[in-house]
Amino acid sequence: MITLYHVLALSGVLFALSVAGIFLNRKNVILLLMCIELMLLSVNFNFIAFSRFLGDIGGQVFVFFILTVAAAESAIGLAILVVLFRQRRSINVEELNTMKG
Amino acid sequence: MVVEILFYAFAAVLVGAAVGLITSRNPVHSALFLVLAFFTSAAIWLMLDAEFLALLLVVVYVGAVMVLFLFVVMMLDINVEELRRGFTRYAPLGAVVAFIMVVEIINVVWVRKLGLELAQAAPPLPVDYSNTEALGRVLYTDYVYPFEIAAVILLVAIIAAIVLTMRHRPGLKIQNVASQVAVRRQDRVRVVPMESVRRPAQDERAAGEEGETP
Repeated sequence: MITLYHVLALSGVLFALSVAGIFLNRKNVILLLMCIELMLLSVNFNFIAFSRFLGDIGGQVFVFFILTVAAAESAIGLAILVVLFRQRRSINVEELNTMKG
Repeated sequence: MVVEILFYAFAAVLVGAAVGLITSRNPVHSALFLVLAFFTSAAIWLMLDAEFLALLLVVVYVGAVMVLFLFVVMMLDINVEELRRGFTRYAPLGAVVAFIMVVEIINVVWVRKLGLELAQAAPPLPVDYSNTEALGRVLYTDYVYPFEIAAVILLVAIIAAIVLTMRHRPGLKIQNVASQVAVRRQDRVRVVPMESVRRPAQDERAAGEEGETP
């Protein structure tokens, strides 16, 4: 029988892996965006598990809104990325130091 | 028992896809690993009786967002090797941080069971339970204003993405619809008053040409 703790542990592992991904691919903006998507997915796991095991549909409504905002965020992020690549011919995070002052 | 085996199988695939995502050399492979992660997550959400959100994840994420990611990855000419420099240097740090986070989270949610006295099994659902109907009922009553705000956020995202990526190259030949619509008759047509007089010489020449050609 799957318990709440199974799902929470899986979501924790997923979240830690996405944090490690941000550490590993800290130069590539596309991979950073993908790791953020993975983080949001693991958060959604928590919401859905609590919603199921506490018998409250409100958690799933929040997953709905998280999906909406994450879709908007990735669309705008990728648009910024395209404009950035057009300007600099590179998506290396370390070269984005124009505003360093 | 079958449910447990399925859950562990999907969880293993999910964690494997996440590992592949963060260690893959090629961004396209990373995006495809993320698609695999979304598919297996949808399967696990189905096992948690969240059918609507599972299908939403497949349709919206795999169908739209990941395709957008793949478009951008393939459209940009990225020098992968240059971005991979420093990968091995930060790998131990990332592994240590991830390991510490996993230990902490497992300690809280698995060993200490969140410090809560929760029922082990999920509460049974009614026989005619429909997840979509239940979600729709609260979404259009209790959460109707957040729902409208979500729609506005999507609209803002659409407009922002279009405005950000639209570029005006000089020398591009495009229609200017406003000036086309605003044009007046005097700008384009000049009426030249002329007398309508038959000139006999021209008539003779025209008649002669007609006669020559059979």
